[in-house]
Amino acid sequence: MLEIKNLHVEVGGQKILKGLNLNINDGEVHAIMGPNGAGKSTLSYAICGKPGYEITEGSVTFKGKNFLELEASERAGEGVFLGFQYPVEIPGVSNINFLRAAINSVRKYRNEGELAAGDFLKLIRSKAAELEMDPEMLKRAVNVGFSGGEKKRNEMVQMSMLDPIFAVLDETDSGLDIDALRIVADGINRMRCPEKSILVITHYQRLLDYVVPDFVHVLANGKIVKSGDKSLAIRLEKEGYAGLGIEENVA
Amino acid sequence: MVSTLETRQAVEEISGDYKYGFVTDIETVKAPKGLSEEVIRFISAKKDEPAWLLDWRLKSYKKWLKMEEPDWAMLDYEKPDFQDIYYYAAPKSADDRPKSLDEVDPELLKTYEKLGISLQEQEVLSGVAVDIVFDSVSVATTFHKALKEKGVIFCSISEAARDYPVLMKKYLGSVVPAADNFYATLNSAVFTDGTFVYIPKGVRCPMELSTYFRINEANTGQFERTLIIADDNSYVSYLEGCTAPMRDENQLHAAVVEIVVLDEAEVKYSTVQNWYPGDKNGIGGIYNFVTKRAACRGLNSKVSWTQVETGSAITWKYPSCILQGDGSVGEFYSVAITNNYQQADTGTKMIHIGKNTSSTIISKGISAGKAQNIYRGLVKVMPNAENTRNFTQCDSLLIGDECGAHTVPYIEAKNPTSQIEHEATTSKISDEQLFYCLQRGLDVEESVSLIVNGFCKEVMQQLPMEFAVEAQKLLGISLEGSVG
Repeated sequence: MLEIKNLHVEVGGQKILKGLNLNINDGEVHAIMGPNGAGKSTLSYAICGKPGYEITEGSVTFKGKNFLELEASERAGEGVFLGFQYPVEIPGVSNINFLRAAINSVRKYRNEGELAAGDFLKLIRSKAAELEMDPEMLKRAVNVGFSGGEKKRNEMVQMSMLDPIFAVLDETDSGLDIDALRIVADGINRMRCPEKSILVITHYQRLLDYVVPDFVHVLANGKIVKSGDKSLAIRLEKEGYAGLGIEENVA
Repeated sequence: MVSTLETRQAVEEISGDYKYGFVTDIETVKAPKGLSEEVIRFISAKKDEPAWLLDWRLKSYKKWLKMEEPDWAMLDYEKPDFQDIYYYAAPKSADDRPKSLDEVDPELLKTYEKLGISLQEQEVLSGVAVDIVFDSVSVATTFHKALKEKGVIFCSISEAARDYPVLMKKYLGSVVPAADNFYATLNSAVFTDGTFVYIPKGVRCPMELSTYFRINEANTGQFERTLIIADDNSYVSYLEGCTAPMRDENQLHAAVVEIVVLDEAEVKYSTVQNWYPGDKNGIGGIYNFVTKRAACRGLNSKVSWTQVETGSAITWKYPSCILQGDGSVGEFYSVAITNNYQQADTGTKMIHIGKNTSSTIISKGISAGKAQNIYRGLVKVMPNAENTRNFTQCDSLLIGDECGAHTVPYIEAKNPTSQIEHEATTSKISDEQLFYCLQRGLDVEESVSLIVNGFCKEVMQQLPMEFAVEAQKLLGISLEGSVG
């Protein structure tokens, strides 16, 4: 699904990723943990094509395509979804209108026709219900006045509507109470299947209790320094990064 | 919007209201360049005006000669040479018009398509000499029939001068006096076209009045004069302009719109303006210097101005409300977009005179490129205006780092019971917002259009349906190339 080789990324002249390697196969769930400032969000932005993130070396191949040649919106068309750590507000644009525009844009990229209004509304209501979101919230402007947890849940609604084949979830669990965590985790698990892959970025083990990863990696100082299975996350929680010999933020 | 010669002739025959004469004289008619008493007499004669109107024009002209061009706006432009303008030009003959859409500028056609304008309408807009389009003739006839049944008068201002002199003499210049300001005075002397509307007592006008359905001359907009009178208990919604980009050889547009609203009556006036804004380097483009004012004279009278200004090199206008009647209400909703080298100095004046009056001002300014966008507003509460309420919100959106947004609010409150609120915000389309949209599959143009429409939502909601969809697309088109 995704092959990242020797990726070097700079932002504002600063080197953040320094030769990162990562392979994700179809159907796998990977988790990335690591100290603050290690470059976890930068990795997600580099995969998704955020302007301002300069790839100075290395490659990102998605389903055999050279991803670095595609614009951010094209990468979305190819089936990548980013669950943002801090979802932004878009005043005056309702969740419904936003998603409708997004879905039709992606369908246009894939040479599929527009989704009929009636079908769209049916779909969005069922997805909102699955994630236990009050349908009234769909009429509100995107993330405006939403609490942290509501924003994260909104990301999940968008993800289930856009139906990506690869999702990068950047600290989707931060700010969630126990109930919200369960709902979001269910949403992520609903996506799991042999054709799709998920990359979960998180600080904490508790999400990984619900969304059990196939692989866990530690990103520190711009590289993946350690990889293992789900037991690695449990060890990290017990011993911390220092306990595993991982130095935080070496310049 | 422009209607074709053939269509006009057909409607004239059916409705019989308009003089047939001027159509046959087109080939030979054109006033010499420049402004003088002779030119004004020429215009008045061409329009077959009564003596009192010619007199009014000449008095205005004499006043204009003594006036000085105003200089206080934050606008940078070359002052027009008033002797280098044609003040009257005949409509184009069939030979000068394009024979088909193939002869029309393809860039223009691309814009029509983006706005969703039908092929038929595209032909009319670009001046192609089409055969009678049966639908538009029958629609126009049905339209005028329905109005006639209700007693609604909707005709050209020259018509009205001949056929409704009592109304005209009473109200023309009563809201914007001939000596009001330099450009209004110029307009009073040389106006060549415009609309007259009268809604009788108790009548709710059955459909939206749009300039499209009024028989125009081909070269409109230059010095248009409009007068709308809503008698007691009446209602009308009036649409001016269109989303289609309009070119004009005449650079200076100085229109005047006067609205009079009597007891319990309401007028809704919507404008979508997309005159040629000049090229990417700021060369050319229309100067749109307009005076628009509504007198809410009656008890509980109400006027609502909604404007979407995306065109013109320079937009200079302050649609205003004089809230004389007790309980009267004034509203101003505006979206002004400036891109490349466009400039806009626009806003409103709400003058509170009666008791228990209220006003709402929502202004959205969007600047991109190297453009300058100024909101200039006045909320004035006179000493006897008990219990005034005002709410003003002016928001600016900046795209890129070479444009400017400025706010110049004036508040004069001479009555201690008044409540005046003013909120202002300035923001950018953040990189985060943009990337959020991009990551969901929207390309840059779609993203900017979505975000901008969201920003302008409160104003766009005020537009009548006909305009709303096209206007949304227009916002996106006006900002093409401004991001990324």
